[in-house]
Amino acid sequence: MATDSPTSMQPASPAAVTLRNLTKSFDRRAVDGLDLTVRTGEFYSLLGPNGAGKTTTLRMIAGLLRPDAGSISVLGIDALADPVAAKRIMAWVSDEPMIYDKLTPFEYLEFIAGLWGMESAAAEASARHHIDWLGLTPHAHERCEGFSKGMRQKVALAGALVHDPRLIILDEPLTGLDAGSARLVKSVLRERVEAGCAVIMTTHILEVAERMADRIGVIARGRLIAEGTHDELRIQTGKHGTSLEDTFLTLVAEQDAA
Amino acid sequence: MSTAGTWPWFARHEARLAWRDWLSIMTAGHRGRERTLALILIVFVAGMHLIAFGMVAPYAGIDNTAGKVRLIVITSGVLLSFSLMLSQAMESVTRGFYARADLDLILCSPIDAQKVFCVRIATTAIAISLMAVLLAAPFINVLAFEGGMHWFGAYAVILAMGATATAIAVALTVALFRTIGAKRTRFVAQIVAAVIGAAFVIGLQIGAIQYYGTLSRFALLESDTMVALAPGIDSIVWWPARAMLGDGLALAATISVGLLALATSIAAFSPRFADHAIAASGVSVGVTRQVRWSQRFRKLSPRRALRAKEFTLLRRDPWLLSQSLMQMLYLLPPALMLWHSFGEGSGPLVLMVPILVMASGQLSGGLAWLAISGEDAPDLVATAPVAAGEIIRAKVEAVMTCIAVVFVPFVLAIALTSMICAVVAAAGIVIAAASATQIQLWFRAQARRSQFRRRHTASRIATFAEAFSSITWAATAALAAAGSSVAVVTGLAGLGILAGTRLLRPPGR
Repeated sequence: MATDSPTSMQPASPAAVTLRNLTKSFDRRAVDGLDLTVRTGEFYSLLGPNGAGKTTTLRMIAGLLRPDAGSISVLGIDALADPVAAKRIMAWVSDEPMIYDKLTPFEYLEFIAGLWGMESAAAEASARHHIDWLGLTPHAHERCEGFSKGMRQKVALAGALVHDPRLIILDEPLTGLDAGSARLVKSVLRERVEAGCAVIMTTHILEVAERMADRIGVIARGRLIAEGTHDELRIQTGKHGTSLEDTFLTLVAEQDAA
Repeated sequence: MSTAGTWPWFARHEARLAWRDWLSIMTAGHRGRERTLALILIVFVAGMHLIAFGMVAPYAGIDNTAGKVRLIVITSGVLLSFSLMLSQAMESVTRGFYARADLDLILCSPIDAQKVFCVRIATTAIAISLMAVLLAAPFINVLAFEGGMHWFGAYAVILAMGATATAIAVALTVALFRTIGAKRTRFVAQIVAAVIGAAFVIGLQIGAIQYYGTLSRFALLESDTMVALAPGIDSIVWWPARAMLGDGLALAATISVGLLALATSIAAFSPRFADHAIAASGVSVGVTRQVRWSQRFRKLSPRRALRAKEFTLLRRDPWLLSQSLMQMLYLLPPALMLWHSFGEGSGPLVLMVPILVMASGQLSGGLAWLAISGEDAPDLVATAPVAAGEIIRAKVEAVMTCIAVVFVPFVLAIALTSMICAVVAAAGIVIAAASATQIQLWFRAQARRSQFRRRHTASRIATFAEAFSSITWAATAALAAAGSSVAVVTGLAGLGILAGTRLLRPPGR
């Protein structure tokens, strides 16, 4: 089982996600000319206060929102020009598990395998592996309607992993999980990163970002205000030896004051 | 200002919630539409008065000296309304047990929950009565205007009916709770409510078909047999009808029975209501059925996976299935008529065709909402590597397959007697289903499947368009089956409704 500690990044890793001048407005500007690059084999944590534009950014990458301007490239594929090709290699996990109450985990994974056009034998093997890995085997043939939040999130995560994505996008995936489930999710993600997958995750649990992320991006008012390893962020704020929480709050306060 | 925790305080709280809920439903959640709503309601009420004038003005002269035939017809109307009110009351009371909106808050507060449930039962009675009053008011007002003030007694009869219906609904639901348990009550109560709501009118139609070979209820109600079988003119059975006709004693008795029933129901059942609500909250809806681990994955294309998912979800949700197939109950009389008139030529079949077409439109609207708007994992489907058009096609295919399963047997049975009627029915069923599905596509709005009962709140335009489209196609099919060229005119009207709805669709659809 993998540990939570971040791995060192190879600078030459190709880009898994490249955002250029990404812009989206609703009643107000939610994402404002965002430039961002996440590399393959990298765990990237996107932090920001409520309403900063994190979820909007991730939903645009996942193809759930159309940007007003800018470009999105996923492993070299123009996600706006060919969204189906981009979706084939990525997975999206939100804080609210996207599962069907009346399906069993096994049936849910079969449905996802169908959506992703997987070959049935390979899909079944992958499904059994992930069900087992996430400790869902005793419940594989029970309908999801009676599952706890943690179990539902594990089913959703199995669904995200079953088609072997090369980019995993997670929006607050640890919300409401107990310590055991959270640890399992973190170890699963770490393992995928070590296998060369790129992971982008938003979280309000700064300790998770501090322990797991290779790089951290801080976003406020739709703009990337800081980016780097935790040490690089500390240097940027001029506060050495502080926690990520202190660093984050300093960065956001500076942005608010600006 | 009432003191917190008292009955008036709870009543005020419930009234405020009910008012805001109603307003939200009527305005589809958009603020600032209250003035528009008021205008629409005024126009609606005025229009209803005009319609009522045409329908009931000739009967305004009837008074409490009416003969047996009149009393039978009025009593059947009262029973029909009462069965619908009882059905509605059962649904409300069941929701009272299972809807968790604020029950947890109330039950964990240091307040006597009995008070809350007393108020809620009374609120249910008032809400059901008011809804019936809203629909009946134009008819009562016209009768009173034309026939005299005694007709206003009908308002009091409706209130008494609402109180009685609520009392019976509470007793029935609690009885179900105690006999079959919290887990099954929700589903069974919905079925019972549907059957009660439809049973009376369907029963009359079945009687009319069996004995007179017609779908008309009046053929049975006004028959000599019915008059002979009905109780004597002085029987208390006619008191609700007499109360509506202005008989003071009958009116007082009807009101007293209603209020007494409601008071008894509140006194008897509200102390245990909290226990049942707590039991309902503890129901694990999970089904821990294990099947063999050796079950294999099937090779599914994205479209087939989507279709299979829709069928499975529908099949596994008996509550949802009962809700969407509710209108299928109304196909029972046509089915009986088909069987009854087999071999008698196409005459009776012409009456059946519009019923089938109407049912097809309504059922398709519900199923299309479930498949298109009621997607519980919209992000999952949207992030799948499948073109949006293909997803929609798969969902429409699922809807049309369900429609085919329900209606093909009817069409085949009609074809045995009249091929022309069968072709017209098939075309009408397909067009009505396609129209309803298209309207749902234009006005799709993401929602949970469990919100099915409130699907009409998302768009009033879609609701009315769906209804008018089904009615128009049903009329077109009826005229076409009868060989009338006027079918072209109604068909064009149907297309006009679709074109108008398309113009009103939200941007980007």
